[in-house]
Amino acid sequence: MPRYFTEDHEWIDVDGDTATVGITEYAQSQLGDIVFVETPETGKQFSKGDEAAVVESVKAASDVYSPVSGTVTEANGELEDNPALVNDDPEGEGWFFKLNLADTGEFEGLMDEAKYKAFVDKL
Amino acid sequence: MTINQSGWKPEMTSGDQQGPTETFTGARALMRDEALIFEIGSTDTTGVDFGEVEAPASDRLGGLARNRDIGLPGLSEPETVRHYTRLSRQNYAIDTGIFPLGSCTMKHNPRLNERVARMPGFADIHPLQPVDTVQGALEVIHQLSNWLVTLTGMHSVAMSPKAGAHGELCGILAIRAALEARGDTREVILVPESAHGTNPATAAFAGYKVEGIPANGAGRVDLEALKQRLGPDVAAVMITNPNTCGLFEPDMKAISDAVHAAGGFVYCDGANFNAIVGRVRPGDLGVDAMHINLHKTFSTPHGGGGPGSGPVVFSQALTPYAPLPFVEKTADGFQLVEEETAEEHHARSFGRMVAFHGQMGMFTRALSYMLSHGADGLKQVAEDAVLNANYVLRSLSDVLQAPFGDSGPCMHEALFSDKGLAEGFSTLDIAKALIDEGYHPMTMYFPLVVHGAMLIEPTETESKAGLDQFIGAVRSVVERAKAGDETLKGAPWYAPRRRLDETQAARKPVLVWEDPNLVQAAE
Repeated sequence: MPRYFTEDHEWIDVDGDTATVGITEYAQSQLGDIVFVETPETGKQFSKGDEAAVVESVKAASDVYSPVSGTVTEANGELEDNPALVNDDPEGEGWFFKLNLADTGEFEGLMDEAKYKAFVDKL
Repeated sequence: MTINQSGWKPEMTSGDQQGPTETFTGARALMRDEALIFEIGSTDTTGVDFGEVEAPASDRLGGLARNRDIGLPGLSEPETVRHYTRLSRQNYAIDTGIFPLGSCTMKHNPRLNERVARMPGFADIHPLQPVDTVQGALEVIHQLSNWLVTLTGMHSVAMSPKAGAHGELCGILAIRAALEARGDTREVILVPESAHGTNPATAAFAGYKVEGIPANGAGRVDLEALKQRLGPDVAAVMITNPNTCGLFEPDMKAISDAVHAAGGFVYCDGANFNAIVGRVRPGDLGVDAMHINLHKTFSTPHGGGGPGSGPVVFSQALTPYAPLPFVEKTADGFQLVEEETAEEHHARSFGRMVAFHGQMGMFTRALSYMLSHGADGLKQVAEDAVLNANYVLRSLSDVLQAPFGDSGPCMHEALFSDKGLAEGFSTLDIAKALIDEGYHPMTMYFPLVVHGAMLIEPTETESKAGLDQFIGAVRSVVERAKAGDETLKGAPWYAPRRRLDETQAARKPVLVWEDPNLVQAAE
């Protein structure tokens, strides 16, 4: 199952026409303790780059963008009660939402793990 | 001879013995650990006695009468006064020391202003009084308006907005009214990264779509990126000048010309006008609307929630759309132009921002500040504010990284990053340690474009000696952070409360006090 990364520090796992989206380990380390996560409603449609979720740490609120176009099939309800999950396991249990992909050819321009690591190292 | 019967025989204690580490009450000398007001008072008592009602009195509350106790503690007047006075002794204010919050302009509030504001002719009047009984107050508004228009080189001013962000909204609503008047439906407002955070919020609140403009490497607006984005859908550009990196935007005139050529308007956030007052007139830079924070540039008190005052100056193009009311000088004295009279004078006004005329108490103070300084004194205010900020910037740039230090002099505030601190040490540690050193911390983590930002605005108030002491304290703390001094992470050590758990406070806020006895009983 391929995993891609964006320059805005989201990760996306692709499995057929379903994708899971979250924020990266680097993103959570920069945000610090996360206190609130607003995930999108099921059924909501996003174009690539739309604001899809909001993540709030003690000092900052940040938008999470949809890395690809699609329809939300599920949001991680756990995050409402336990936003710290994003700090503890950002690239696993702390996922944000799942999408039904509108176009499986949109991964052009996204990075693979090695490229993302090189990108972060330069920041 | 008479023997000393009182036993009073002052002598210094002999020496090096250690005192007890704790006191019986928990107080530290005359500073008490203050309990919550709910813990001082009891819900069974009352601080006020009402006499028995003799004649049968009827209840006029109807269905609105309270039907249960609401659990407020009853305290006598001295208990209440002492509680709040003791709390106030733990306060830090501009009256107790330097308040170096960047972006906030915490300058001294001259006592002369207070004296003027308390004169009964200003302090004891009502906004609904007949205008012929408040001519002096209207003259103050009129004279202050003239000063603001003159200092900014603009065409008119709306005095009623109550604070900076309210002023922004006023300016953007005037821009919208002007666009609508020419049948223009532009829907985008451009806001550079270096703008105040309230700017995009204002634009969105006024119904516009907000788009960012990147900063260039020197911390200024990227003029070429701005020019490329301009077009028939751009209603306005909102620029903070000097910006939140403490830098002047040298391309301001070119920006204004480009925006105007594309049919848009220029809003300038004038919150940092204190750095350029008397030196630069925003009207000469092509600004169409700008708010002025009287509570910053013109020294009226703020902090603790206000009150602010945010008059907005307008260009000729926007003047017809300015809000009501305003004061006009006529042959019969000063008059208020309001809805009843606006039809003749000001028919295109977008409306009204507030019920009455604005923050009268701030108008008197601001005018007092202007008159006591004079035009030359205001120019020196800007020069001294900039000089002090540059003194801080250059005095600390050997220990702290100044990300735009190479861009030339700063304006009214000095910006540093957290680069160079030991691994695991942050801006927050420095801020908390400064509390131990007796200083209110600087603004931290703002502006967002700089990692671990520390923004110091000394204002013109501080003397060189005062700045040297502050700089020495910052330097000492920064050196500890660079050396990895672990005690910094526990700071503050000497404040009434130690470091608070901000994460827990945000995740599980306790917003309601509950009687621990009742809670225990319920469990």
